[in-house]
Amino acid sequence: MLRGKIHKYDVDNIDTDRIIPARHCITVDPEKLAAHCLEDLDPEFASKVKEGEILVVGENFGCGSSRENAPIAIKGAGISAVVAKSFARIFYRNSINIGLPIFESPEAVNEIKKDDIVSLDITTGKIMIESSKKEFNSAPFPQMMQDIIAAGGMVNYLKNKHS
Amino acid sequence: MGMTLTEKILANKSGNSSVKPGDIIFAQVDLSMATDIASPITIQVFEELNRDKVFDPNKIALVNDHLTPAKDIAAAGFSKMMREFAKKYGIKHYYEVGRSGISHVILPDDGLVAPGDIIVGADSHSTTYGAFGCFGTGMGATDIACVWAEGEVWLRVPETIKIEFKGKLPKYVIGKDLVLIVCRDLGMEGGTYKALEYCGETVENMTMEDRLTLTNMAIEAGAKNGVIKADDTTMKYLEGRLQRDDYQIFESDDDAEYHSVLEYDISDLEPQVALPFLPSNVKPISEVEPRKVDQVMIGSCTNGRYSDFELVAEVLGDKKFSKDIRTIISPATTEIYNKMIKSGLSLKFSEAGAAITTPGCGACIGAHLGVMGDKEVGVFTTNRNFPGRTGSRTAEVYLTNPAVAAATAITGRITDPRKLD
Repeated sequence: MLRGKIHKYDVDNIDTDRIIPARHCITVDPEKLAAHCLEDLDPEFASKVKEGEILVVGENFGCGSSRENAPIAIKGAGISAVVAKSFARIFYRNSINIGLPIFESPEAVNEIKKDDIVSLDITTGKIMIESSKKEFNSAPFPQMMQDIIAAGGMVNYLKNKHS
Repeated sequence: MGMTLTEKILANKSGNSSVKPGDIIFAQVDLSMATDIASPITIQVFEELNRDKVFDPNKIALVNDHLTPAKDIAAAGFSKMMREFAKKYGIKHYYEVGRSGISHVILPDDGLVAPGDIIVGADSHSTTYGAFGCFGTGMGATDIACVWAEGEVWLRVPETIKIEFKGKLPKYVIGKDLVLIVCRDLGMEGGTYKALEYCGETVENMTMEDRLTLTNMAIEAGAKNGVIKADDTTMKYLEGRLQRDDYQIFESDDDAEYHSVLEYDISDLEPQVALPFLPSNVKPISEVEPRKVDQVMIGSCTNGRYSDFELVAEVLGDKKFSKDIRTIISPATTEIYNKMIKSGLSLKFSEAGAAITTPGCGACIGAHLGVMGDKEVGVFTTNRNFPGRTGSRTAEVYLTNPAVAAATAITGRITDPRKLD
């Protein structure tokens, strides 16, 4: 179970260039990527996020480039999970692969208010808002993805497969 | 029930007699690509997997295109990491600056893409390859590293949206304009998890270059892949390039099931423009305000092919590019660059006031070779105009075909090329 304060940007089509622009992608260091995370959307983002907090966003989050730096930057900034109205395909896959939990529910995003505390159940996909006590279900993952999540990411999944 | 072209490729490469949308399959990969900006993370993940060799050193391509020639010390380090990996694992298709170009243009031109193939690249515009009747899709570093280890990839079979064009392309209307109206109508996520299959008489009569622009920007509608069945035009393009004969040509069955069908008659279509800040924010040129621009950039995996520069030359005629703006021309590959030198196009553009860059992705991704400043306005023949994509987040970029870009570069304002004739 994950629990944390949310940072909400009810903006659609937040693309990977806004999550982490290409000019800041010339590093493999998650901390350096995190320092510029979402800076073109909110220059204060990296400095105000605390470890374990949850990012809440609109439709088609992570569209654009296939850069894995995008979920790495978000995870590196301390974000423990992303709740979106919907995700772009490559970002969705990349997040699962690197072990960044993601939840898809337009209804939950609409209901989540500024400064809310939200609990997320990775196994059931349940999203709970503490202030309003409202509960929502994230769209279920295909079995293959559940197996990757259970292994803690794609690298461990492959390692387990061969061990 | 019949299968679509995409379903047939996926069935064939996964050893299934048939597949349907939603199926999870493991498919053999024919080519796996990573660029200088994506390969360092991919290499790190590959090393975590503790393999002493890659699945097949002949089926991996490593391309210096995003940051080349090294734009700074960090970029030089990225390129070095890729170069050393290529040497260590005997990667056959390593592309060094001077012999390189944008991956999505150079790989097919080098004969590494064939009908029926499965091609995965650590770059979202890997959808481009589908113009050759194959399955091409973009993935992140971890997926690509796993492909380097295993030689296969897991995929969810996508539903297909059929996009049918009829009519003859009007003057100064090309593949770019067609894909822009698809982006307009599908929106930024109308194609998510789906295949876009382009067909119809317009596509059948199209050049390979125009077809490649259609599949290139399938990702802008969120699609998993874009695909066009291989035909005589495809095979003629690949003649003298493709060095293998183990490819397979598939086409959709008449009774294949589609998610939806879009039909267009493009006989009277105008050149189209995607306004800031989304590739789906598309209007015909006649409805676009003739704003003054600071920079015109002609190039990229979308529109940096030789035919694109021929179109620029046609619009340019004996005129010059405006002195009030910066005109940047980026041939997509070294082969195209050399062809432009031999034919005199390079000299013509240079004498008209354009800067011609090393082949690569630089300005399109706002990395180098033409980065946009605060509140500047640009016309680009590229594929994305999100805030900050080309540099400053306050820069505004309009996406157009090369004819509109050339006309704009001549007048210094967003201009309909048909008005300069």
